[in-house]
Amino acid sequence: MSLQAELEHYRNVLIVRLRGELDHHTADVVRFKMEEALLRGSSDHVILSLKDLQFMDSSGLGVILGRYKQVKSKGGKMVVCDVNPSVYRLFELSGLFKILTIHENERTAISSLEVVS
Amino acid sequence: MNGSNEMTLSFSARSENEAFARIAVAAFVSQLDPTLEELNDLKTAVSEAVTNAIIHGYESDISCKVSIEARIEGDSVSITVSDNGRGIEDLELARQPLFTSKPELERSGMGFTIMENFMDRFEVSSMVGGGTRVAMLKRIESKKALYN
Repeated sequence: MSLQAELEHYRNVLIVRLRGELDHHTADVVRFKMEEALLRGSSDHVILSLKDLQFMDSSGLGVILGRYKQVKSKGGKMVVCDVNPSVYRLFELSGLFKILTIHENERTAISSLEVVS
Repeated sequence: MNGSNEMTLSFSARSENEAFARIAVAAFVSQLDPTLEELNDLKTAVSEAVTNAIIHGYESDISCKVSIEARIEGDSVSITVSDNGRGIEDLELARQPLFTSKPELERSGMGFTIMENFMDRFEVSSMVGGGTRVAMLKRIESKKALYN
């Protein structure tokens, strides 16, 4: 019922793998971990890898939007990959695909960012 | 199933109970054989309503209680989430997509929009100082297919 956030710096990209359930209760952990990694690390871009994210609600959208703004203010890009159908619906409903590109997996997400940087 | 089947829950307005609430409702509804998608819709809607009660209704005062009533009738489940918190001043505004009264908490303002979209019926009533009540209904189509 909890959430694990695994963060990895790969070149100038921060890969964030979320596992479990992202709601209001667990959103703060994601916020603080990502905020810190973005402030301290040298990553320009973020990949949100959501293969093992079993549940998400609007609190998850809030924390993702917050980090998007943080990344964008430094001139970086944020992309998502491995999105399951229910998370996809939430992104679609909230218009998040207007600002985030979606990729099939981490590999294609990384190569899309390497073209950008 | 003959007649209706009901359950009531009351729990502290703690954020860790958001997961408890949506899973309890999902377990109750599972007797209707919902699809994974239907179950996920219900869990998300319950999570939104309970989170609203905790953050906005009670402003995270954990001594307060959130109540859920669920009722299965035929192929439908009705769910009511209520609090006795501060209430909503402008319901129309609160229901607008992306509106939030707490942007500093990184709220997306999508809660009501999600409840409306994921459920078949949705109603919210609120009184300033008197609390908020969200009533929702969802038909479980997978069970209906079995009847035919």
